Amino acid sequence: MNDGVNGVALGVFVFFFLAVTVMGFLAARWRRAADEHSLDEWGLGGRSFGTWVTWFLLGGDLYTAYTFVAVPAAIYAAGAAGFFAVPYTILVYPLIFTFLPRLWSVSHKHGYVTTSDFVRGRFGSKSLSLAVAVTGILATMPYIALQLVGIQAVLDVMGVGGGDSTNWFVKDLPLLIAFGVLAAYTYSSGLRAPALIAFVKDTLIYIVIAVAIIYIPIKLGGFDEIFKAASDKYTAAGAGGLVPAQAGQWTYATLALGSALALFMYPHSVTATLSGRSREVIRRNTTILPLYSLMLGLLALLGFMAIAAGVKVTNGQLAIPQLFENMFPDWFAGVAFAAIGIGALVPAAIMSIAAANLFTRNIYKDFINPAATPRQETQVSKLVSLLVKVGALVFVLTMDKTVAINFQLLGGIWILQTFPSLVGGLFTRWFHRWALLGGWAVGMLYGTIAAYGVASPTQKHFGGSSKEIPGIGEIGYIGLTAFVLNVAVAVVLTFALRAFKAPDGIDETSPLDYTADAGDPGVETELPPATADASH
Amino acid sequence: MSDLPEVKPPVVTPVRVVIALCLFAPFVAMLWVGSYTKTDPAFIGIPFFYWYQLLWVPLSTVLTVTAYQLWRRDQRARARASASTSAEGGAGA
Repeated sequence: MNDGVNGVALGVFVFFFLAVTVMGFLAARWRRAADEHSLDEWGLGGRSFGTWVTWFLLGGDLYTAYTFVAVPAAIYAAGAAGFFAVPYTILVYPLIFTFLPRLWSVSHKHGYVTTSDFVRGRFGSKSLSLAVAVTGILATMPYIALQLVGIQAVLDVMGVGGGDSTNWFVKDLPLLIAFGVLAAYTYSSGLRAPALIAFVKDTLIYIVIAVAIIYIPIKLGGFDEIFKAASDKYTAAGAGGLVPAQAGQWTYATLALGSALALFMYPHSVTATLSGRSREVIRRNTTILPLYSLMLGLLALLGFMAIAAGVKVTNGQLAIPQLFENMFPDWFAGVAFAAIGIGALVPAAIMSIAAANLFTRNIYKDFINPAATPRQETQVSKLVSLLVKVGALVFVLTMDKTVAINFQLLGGIWILQTFPSLVGGLFTRWFHRWALLGGWAVGMLYGTIAAYGVASPTQKHFGGSSKEIPGIGEIGYIGLTAFVLNVAVAVVLTFALRAFKAPDGIDETSPLDYTADAGDPGVETELPPATADASH
Repeated sequence: MSDLPEVKPPVVTPVRVVIALCLFAPFVAMLWVGSYTKTDPAFIGIPFFYWYQLLWVPLSTVLTVTAYQLWRRDQRARARASASTSAEGGAGA
């Protein structure tokens, strides 16, 4: 890949990068509230975002640089199986329409910043809350690392860094700079920085996709030619195909469903949701968020185009950046790379904030310093967000990329195991807190062991995320199997614990809390009037 | 606020069933993979498998918007019916 630096592309890339850096630092002044030192301010942007800001924030958050690189890469390598990302994102929206408004309401009523806050309040159980928090942090860290992998892929194709010939410092310098910038403005501006930068990121992404999906097929002779070339390649390779094989259908469906259930368990998606101004903002968003699904679907098709365009890469991650470099004029390739690069910064910032919030609220405050003031909370959060990112950086620089990918895969399986506590808790208090903890433990254990046992042609362990479902005999997503097991254990244990009259925790919420909206008595708005009306 | 205002509307109503169906339909369509694993008919060269799923993006959006509008109307009607309480039982569709 590394045949010299592409000067024009690099210039455009650096230009956009500098622009968003300035924005990131200025963001601190955007709709500043009176009390800057509360965690609500730094970690949730003052809970003040309207429909459009939330839309950009959620889109910027969920559709990450890694998604942009990995989904087409999966199509490039395996064909149809990689397309499950589309049904997956379709299923996400009816789900969030159903449960997120309830989470928003109860969180605003009680000042919850994280999902673990809610679980603790609902079930009166610090251990269950700790389990949810630890799962969230563990699942988020490799995700941040993968964002850095995404930036690396772009830098690599542009000819800076990444290569094997240069010494490690020069090789990693661009990544270190990108990282330093990210860390600095997240620290100073909190959630406002990614919210503002998300505008730039998504605008660039939409432009690039729109151009790519029209321009590249024209140059390649139309979709007929593209799919024919792809089909030939899969046949020749003896792997993959234009539609999933009979045996792959269960895998396809369980992956789509499992991933959809997992997505809004991630701390960063919840952070973006809670920053919304009202309950309606969430519901309205589920009706406009699918635009991103459409974009993702079109993006996935680029994987086929990379095949038709004769892109040959050993590392599938480079397929799409390489396709852009081959097909686009230099300056536009630079725009495309900037889109991916900035696409990594937004989610990385939100993820580190979300992980930091979890640590501060549910580990630091609950177990280390219960008397922490809001100012201390914010300070700890800022520091932890920095630590989390340094951890991710060390991860990427010292370990093989496949390790990050393996962990991310495990993270998806793990985070799904918090679903019964969170969503179960939103609708019913029937589950016993210890039963949920038991179900969680079983799900985590099964998921980890099962994933460890999956071999692939290149790896002995963690070779994939699907395995035979016990009792059904079809191949399915491990996360979903673990989830079913988790729920089953939770139900059985609840019956058992109730029979033995095990003590319930204290529920600090009441049914009406779950439907409260902004303006209702007791709902924290915290907005000084001057900032509230500046929203979109 | 208290236990039961005497005219509390039922939790399950025809409108709410429609809302639930709107939200549930994409799951049936997308998880029934066997119904769309084929290449023909193609659309401008894109195999059926792909354009069908992409088509479901706007379809599910329309369904969600419908659910949203019905839900809002339902909520407003209920708010009028019991002016004092925000008596949503929280069936949550």
